[in-house]
Amino acid sequence: MSRCRNPKRVAGLCWVAGLALSLAASAAGDSGPASAIQTPSMFDTSSTPADTIADYSRLVVAVCAAIFVVVAGLLVVVIVRFRARNGDDEREPPQIYGSTQIELAWTVVPILIVVLLGLVTARNILALQKDERPQGWLPITAIGHQWWWEFRYPERGVVTANELHLPVGRPAFFDLESQDVIHSFWVPQLSGKIDLVPNRTNHLWMDPLEPGVYVGQCAEYCGTQHANMLLRVIVHTPEDFERWLDQQLADANPSPAVAAGRRIFETTACISCHTVRGTDADGRFGPDLTHLMSRATIGAGVASNDREHLIEWVTSPDHLKPGARMPAMKLEPARIEQLVDYLLTLE
Amino acid sequence: MVASDEHTQPIAIAAGQPWGAGIHDWVTTVDHKKLGILYIGAGLLFFLIGGLQASAIRLQLAQAENDFLSPEVFNRLFTMHGTTMVFLVGMPIITGFANYLLPLMIGARDMAFPRLNAWGFWMFLFGGLILYFSYIGSTGLYGAGSAPDVGWFAYSPLAGKAFSRGNATDFWILGILVSGFGSLSGAVNMIATTFTLRCKGMTLRRMPLFVWMTLVVSFLMLLALPPLTAAQVMLLFDRFLGAHFFDTQSGGDAILWQHFFWFFGHPEVYILVIPGFAYASEIIPVFSRKVIFGYAVMVAATISIGFLATGVWAHHMFTVGMGKGLNIWFAAITMVVGIPTGIKIFNWIATMYGGRIRFRVPMLFCTAFLAQFLVAGLTGVMLAATPFDWQLSDSYFVVAHFHYVLIGGLMMTIFAAIYYWFPKMTGHMLSEKLGRWHFWLFVVGFQLTFTTMHVQGLLGMPRRVYTYPADRGWETWNLLTSSGVVLQAAGVLCLLLAIVQAFRRPQPAGDDPWDAWTLEWSTSSPPPAYNFLEEPEVRSRRPLWDLKHPEDPDWQYE
Repeated sequence: MSRCRNPKRVAGLCWVAGLALSLAASAAGDSGPASAIQTPSMFDTSSTPADTIADYSRLVVAVCAAIFVVVAGLLVVVIVRFRARNGDDEREPPQIYGSTQIELAWTVVPILIVVLLGLVTARNILALQKDERPQGWLPITAIGHQWWWEFRYPERGVVTANELHLPVGRPAFFDLESQDVIHSFWVPQLSGKIDLVPNRTNHLWMDPLEPGVYVGQCAEYCGTQHANMLLRVIVHTPEDFERWLDQQLADANPSPAVAAGRRIFETTACISCHTVRGTDADGRFGPDLTHLMSRATIGAGVASNDREHLIEWVTSPDHLKPGARMPAMKLEPARIEQLVDYLLTLE
Repeated sequence: MVASDEHTQPIAIAAGQPWGAGIHDWVTTVDHKKLGILYIGAGLLFFLIGGLQASAIRLQLAQAENDFLSPEVFNRLFTMHGTTMVFLVGMPIITGFANYLLPLMIGARDMAFPRLNAWGFWMFLFGGLILYFSYIGSTGLYGAGSAPDVGWFAYSPLAGKAFSRGNATDFWILGILVSGFGSLSGAVNMIATTFTLRCKGMTLRRMPLFVWMTLVVSFLMLLALPPLTAAQVMLLFDRFLGAHFFDTQSGGDAILWQHFFWFFGHPEVYILVIPGFAYASEIIPVFSRKVIFGYAVMVAATISIGFLATGVWAHHMFTVGMGKGLNIWFAAITMVVGIPTGIKIFNWIATMYGGRIRFRVPMLFCTAFLAQFLVAGLTGVMLAATPFDWQLSDSYFVVAHFHYVLIGGLMMTIFAAIYYWFPKMTGHMLSEKLGRWHFWLFVVGFQLTFTTMHVQGLLGMPRRVYTYPADRGWETWNLLTSSGVVLQAAGVLCLLLAIVQAFRRPQPAGDDPWDAWTLEWSTSSPPPAYNFLEEPEVRSRRPLWDLKHPEDPDWQYE
């Protein structure tokens, strides 16, 4: 029994090391050049609510780390000092039944910590949670579907999917709803998450500070393809954002060269689910395709948006995204090519 | 007090006894000790199944964009893993130890209702079998043989008829519902036994902490399980009778299910972890050679945790869009739980302080428990801090946190309890050497797996994803997480080997191998069917200390 070392020291070191590494990782994310890796770290933030949460979280982590160091340190000391050694006599150590003063002390100190943390928490909740859209903020409606995102800009009547565009300089205020089951909207670098609940409207706000691309995804298990309900936020300068809105507002203008593909689209089941403004297609069940080619990905982020993947997707959605709600259209390969040629013109 | 040899019944089937008779004996038994062993044995079997499921999950996630498992299989695996570990591993094992030990510790001959006790065990087992029959007999989204895939908390409306077709979800509902009746009957039995069958001199103030904590857990079960059962019946109504409690397409309320579920679910966390406190509160004093520090405060802290446990459920729901007032209330009240929990950790450390700590295997596991449960408690404070939780909720940080609670806290103390009480239950010691291997492999593997999971959560990885993109910077962390599984599995293998070895090359344990102080060590190992030849009489919380130290008995100080 004398050979045994202290297991909790290992535990403690691992924990501290893990936390340090995580902070190092997020710091590295800050400084590195725009590389292929994009980590949505909650400490690598770029908006007021996310910054506020990160600062508050650092405080909470610091308090907890201090408690850990004190208590784990005490445990280490006790293990080292009071372990039985060879050559101890057989007598039992003195029996201590308790001490009112000591127990009072280690009750009162935690109470004080809890009161302080509770007050700081309340202040942050009050500062962050907004149930009404302040004057002038950009209203956006986000709707969760199995397994994709619908974004609507009611001010201008723009509708898009999976890739959310926001301006710097004008805070966005979201109404979040769900078409089917519960989803959760989470872009860690821009804000905390909030659920999209059927029969209910939740709210969230964010004011991106830097143009760029931020990634996130659905955070509440919502069925088979929960994992591929990805989300990209593209933050523009105010001018670029206006340009993007104008471009999205235009109707589709397919060239006559792809009339064959367009005919296939409009005479098969495609139009029961998809809208292409300016044509007969006005389905609401799937993503609006009016400006499909302005998006970098398809299938809520499951593949990049190019000819090859579009062909694969239309041929067999299940192949890229098993369980996806879109059915395979069972068209001949030549007709699929025509169809995709048409889709490629929806810029 | 010590029963003579002729009354002891070895646990193995006696030589020459036909197999059928042995099985008949176990199936028809109403003896609390045999039922306790059945509970623990069945729980350990399900533990192996749940562990295999976890291993498959981690194999899939070891790499980004891995295609080892399809999403359908993966989603069933994490649903079955969670449901199994909570309802078919945690619950039966804690019930098993309580069943075996509580009557012995209060000097009783059996539980108050032995037949109800047997009924409870078989309800639990049949509940588990119903759940697992879904792998063969149910149909779901993907045809026949489809286990439930709605997650262990089966949020509505995902678990409703519209999104969860077939009957896989019904197997989940019925399996848990049936095993819940077993747990309820067990809770009634524990309370009745504690209040009516204590031996002479065993006042409430002299009960071992194990008994106190089991009592609090039993009351929590009575309070928490009926809401779950009610919600599950409502869900059955929705699915079969056209009711619309949770059916959002007909005006039902998705959040209502979450309130019901977590009103059960959060007390359930304490139902699972307080028994861990109970084992630690028996084992730490014995191996530190000191009386528990602050007995009355420990009891008070346990009871206050029990009360607080019923008022914190909505901290699982900070992201559903509650009002500011509720968010502040549930954050504050959850942090308050840290106070009695902290008191307990301090009291255990104070018990070790000034002792002569013998680091045998049970004590090793209890020490790891202290450090790991400390981390679990602190990450719990972080999750209670609402704005922080808006980031952490449903991320891998949460997964790390509750595995620290349930493995770092509960499972470690269950291992401690197995090594500590196995000699009493069988008369044989478990190998100290294999136990140490078990300890080190498991603890190191545990740290590797679950410490790294915190990081993935902070880096934005949500839970319950069967795959993740390669460009998120999560891959290295996931590989580390997965590699820890190998060590943990090897640790569990050592435990199985130790159990096999204990029967093949028995090392006799004697009545009291740890020089302990509570009543179960005063009878033979294993105890006779009637536990004690004569009803014991106690004058203090440590009757065997009084016996061993007549010059300085405890009752002078209590």
